[in-house]
Amino acid sequence: MTAADQPLMSARGVRKHFGPLEVLKGVDLDVHPGEVVVILGPSGSGKSTFLRCVNHLERIDGGSVTVDGELVGYERRGGRIHRLSERRIARTRRQIGMVFQHFNLFPHLTVLGNIVEAPAGVLREPKAEVVKRARALLDKVGLADKADAFPRQLSGGQQQRVAIARALAMRPKLMLFDEPTSALDPELVGEVLATMRDLAADGLTMIVVTHEISFAREVADRVIFMDAGTVVESGTPAEVLDRPANPRTRAFLSRFLPTGEPAA
Amino acid sequence: MAPNAPAVDDRVARPVEPVDVAHAVPERHPLRWVATVVVAVLAAQLIHMLVTNPNFEWDVVFQYFNTESVGRGLLTTLKLTVIAMAVGIVLGVLLAVCRLSSNWLVRLLAAVYIWFFRGVPALVQLIFWFNLSALMPRVSIGIPFGPEFMQWETNALITPLLAAILGLGLNEGAYMAEIVRGGLMSVDQGQTEAAQALGMSRTRTLFRVVLPQAMRFIVPPTGSQVINMLKATSLVSVIALSDLLYTVQAIYNRTFQTIPLLLVACIWYLVITSILYVGQSFIERHYARGSNRNTPTRFRDVLKIRRKPVLPTVEVPS
Repeated sequence: MTAADQPLMSARGVRKHFGPLEVLKGVDLDVHPGEVVVILGPSGSGKSTFLRCVNHLERIDGGSVTVDGELVGYERRGGRIHRLSERRIARTRRQIGMVFQHFNLFPHLTVLGNIVEAPAGVLREPKAEVVKRARALLDKVGLADKADAFPRQLSGGQQQRVAIARALAMRPKLMLFDEPTSALDPELVGEVLATMRDLAADGLTMIVVTHEISFAREVADRVIFMDAGTVVESGTPAEVLDRPANPRTRAFLSRFLPTGEPAA
Repeated sequence: MAPNAPAVDDRVARPVEPVDVAHAVPERHPLRWVATVVVAVLAAQLIHMLVTNPNFEWDVVFQYFNTESVGRGLLTTLKLTVIAMAVGIVLGVLLAVCRLSSNWLVRLLAAVYIWFFRGVPALVQLIFWFNLSALMPRVSIGIPFGPEFMQWETNALITPLLAAILGLGLNEGAYMAEIVRGGLMSVDQGQTEAAQALGMSRTRTLFRVVLPQAMRFIVPPTGSQVINMLKATSLVSVIALSDLLYTVQAIYNRTFQTIPLLLVACIWYLVITSILYVGQSFIERHYARGSNRNTPTRFRDVLKIRRKPVLPTVEVPS
């Protein structure tokens, strides 16, 4: 296998349960550099949990997650698998950006402070350089004039774009989006999706959990359909969205595409 | 609605007399006026009593208010409050973090500490520390059950001041721990997750993300604790440490002017409490930063606003 073929993120048989509830029942997924993968699925299908397993916000109960050739949360040492310390896990997470449904901006810091905090404090990059980059990122997400505002003074869409800039400031190899538009008023969804579309065009590797079928159709290289803790269907947007093979995928999509779509 | 629905349109189209509420007559509150008069009469009576009752001996109050011995007692009280509170806050943060630790042993130790030091009255702890030498005459550092490297006489080590700091500070730590823990728990879990996702360590997450947000919930009860501590320092008079109360007691035991000297202490305690109150509101304003949509106020900004009117007079005439 050549380096170019090697997946950036590779999940193998990922299992996770919360108490007696099995949320992930062996999920396999490869994401290659520059690829945009959209995960669809009904609520409770485990798609958000899977995303949180990729950067080890949730500890997995079985299987493995590898990002850029390194196990996430564990290491192979002396023929055995050892759990990594918090400190080492934190180091792995620096390469993986994450955008949350509820933004989770730091309300006590300004917009600029939010973006600068991790690169300056965690990566110890020179402050002036980080501030310059942060301003460039704010410009990119169209919020150059909001650098000194506090998060609560912004609309939901603006907050989410700041959250995207904050994640990008760490120069991640991989970006995870956990339902980034689900908490937004309908008229604010577009601005966030437009920002994400720009990132995809720049060649950023992205895994996106969303309910925005049109975004999946337009931007995704590959669409994954998850249900009841497993990957049910995987393929190009045309394959999964227009000619779904699995009845569960069809049932799910029928709620979004009521009429006029070729439902096989 | 369509224009050819006559019945409804008729009613809507009737011209409405223009009304402007800008000059409305304000609501009357006759009972408030009655209450104001009653309170004013009571206040006048109180002031009359304060001024005319000779037992207050205001001349004695003024005579002792600024004396050096009272000043020294006041300084001891302030010093003790600051040090014991500092010990309490540092201990409190440490214990709160321990109580939220993932390590069960650490959690248990913190819980036992809080249980013990909240359960035993501060006065008892003070006397206990003061009499520590009765329990163990010497303190030493060495290998457990083995040779000793250094040793001290407990009586020389535990001065009244140290006993007071230990007694009040360790006790305060237990209360502060619960206040800080409450504050930390009030911060949304998503904040910790966002910090973790950015690769921050646990310590950094605590000090840069969670604690600053928890401060809004920690400061008001801590303000109460500081005022409590200021007053609790009066307990140290039992171990013969000359704080404010002990000093005035020493004077009135000699002169029998009990009431006026207690008034001296009361007034000083109230003065300090008032200053603390103002300080607290500044601190609260600082940590309220970003908590609402209004313009952010920082400690610095508040000072700037206060200073502004002064600026023109500073101008150098050319």
